[in-house]
Amino acid sequence: MNNFPETCATKQLNSVTTGHGTAITEIPTSLRPNRSGKKNRLSVDMALSHVFETPVSGFNFENSTRNILLENVLDEGKTKAPKPLKTGTTIAGVVYKNGVVLGADTRATSSEVVADKTCAKIHYIAPNIYCCGAGTAADTEKTTDLLSSNLTIFSMNSGRNPRVVMAANILQDILFRYRGMIGANLILGGVDCTGNHLYRVGPFGSMDKVPYLAMGSGDLAAMGILEDRFKVNMEVEEAKTLVCDAIHAGIMTDLGSGNNIDLCIITRRGVDYIRPYQESEYKQRRQEKYKYKPGTTPVLTENIVPLELELVHEMVQTMETA
Amino acid sequence: MAAVSLVRCERGFARDAAPDWMRQELRTGTTIMAVEFDGGVVIGADSRTTTGAYIANRVTDKLTPIHERIFCCRSGSAADTQAISDAVTYQLGFHSIELDEPPLVQTAANLFREMCYRYREELMAGIIVAGWDKRRGGQVYTVPVGGMLTRQPVSVGGSGSSYIYGYVDSNYRAHMSKEECLQFTAQALSLAMERDGSSGGVVRLAVISEHGVERRVVAGNQLPSFSAI
Repeated sequence: MNNFPETCATKQLNSVTTGHGTAITEIPTSLRPNRSGKKNRLSVDMALSHVFETPVSGFNFENSTRNILLENVLDEGKTKAPKPLKTGTTIAGVVYKNGVVLGADTRATSSEVVADKTCAKIHYIAPNIYCCGAGTAADTEKTTDLLSSNLTIFSMNSGRNPRVVMAANILQDILFRYRGMIGANLILGGVDCTGNHLYRVGPFGSMDKVPYLAMGSGDLAAMGILEDRFKVNMEVEEAKTLVCDAIHAGIMTDLGSGNNIDLCIITRRGVDYIRPYQESEYKQRRQEKYKYKPGTTPVLTENIVPLELELVHEMVQTMETA
Repeated sequence: MAAVSLVRCERGFARDAAPDWMRQELRTGTTIMAVEFDGGVVIGADSRTTTGAYIANRVTDKLTPIHERIFCCRSGSAADTQAISDAVTYQLGFHSIELDEPPLVQTAANLFREMCYRYREELMAGIIVAGWDKRRGGQVYTVPVGGMLTRQPVSVGGSGSSYIYGYVDSNYRAHMSKEECLQFTAQALSLAMERDGSSGGVVRLAVISEHGVERRVVAGNQLPSFSAI
């Protein structure tokens, strides 16, 4: 199996093993977790944060340790680390006569709140390959970015356009290696010299090649529409309507999907990324302005307290002016 | 091998009982079968892949080519079996090029067994390896979960196999012809698909012999039916 640099999942904020004795910057005093004499292992080496390291085997959970430490320090444990942003989603794809149509809603939720109303869930992989992602937002973003970079390098090295099956195989390799820890459910669609293809890649590394597909939390509703109206070798307008209706069904039935519908039509000639294809019918215009003049709220009392700062560390570095 | 009924635990922004990354993986709750006959083997599988109670793919192809005349039937975790098949396809292809000869079915079966046994804690894969080679003709080897390897004239696997052991034991005869084997396999798979919730869809069949591979699909409405109940 291929070995790709694990830059997506193992980006670390700790000091890189560069052989330097001391770090160049240190965390401000308010965030230091302990006052022991030991070298602070959470020091950040800013200038070298992009050094490529040899991959260490196994998973790296150092960020989880850091999060727990931060939670304990800030507000004595009252602040919680933010939960990963999940895209409760409806995504769908259909193979038609001259290419592939991919569709997605645009809602990204963080528990009960809509975090992003215009989230772009159709990611660019190659000029002829696009990928819809459902699951954990960060995972789908980074995995598709990594895939896109790999395919660009491959195109430059070999002088060929990448094939959809290659993209699917690379995704399968990456996701299987992480044994389901990367929560990315992906619909990969594209047109290459061998034809029009649609693949589903699951978070554990399983791959399915199918003519029509829906994923995400709204997939049951979308699949109903697709199962009813899909036909082989449809025309482009019919395919667009079908995918749009499937996403719409997902939006209507699932609370985690909503807002606009994006469509991406991929053909041999090129890509038509229509964003948005259909806007949410229920978005209201702002009725009034909500700005208030200074002085609207009367000031009753004013109290100025100077901050007591304790000088902990002073370092003088003379500049070379010669 | 009984299928585990898994509740789908991700739903948009709904409160997660388990974190999202513990959502259940794609299982091929399955029925797979392979029969030797004089001159080759007949292999068959259903076409259903499930994530919990949802059928993720109703037209799966679980008969995966490993080499020109060697196939494997996959049951268990879809991701694990796909990864193992890819790895063994590579290893067997390399071995065959080195030898400058078509590989033996026994070699393929042993490669599967090596991988399934070595990583038995991490993998969930029940595989039937079947094919034809010049030395021993048609052969069926079964590598169930855990990594055992044994050769059998007829072998069934997957969650639906429990329902058809009786049928297979009583109806199998040695020295059946190719058509009789196809009929036997199709009927056994239909019976299993009828009773097992995790098996269904269409029946995919393949005949592997000296002359090559012949693939067939029996659609749901053309499956043999057995009783009025």
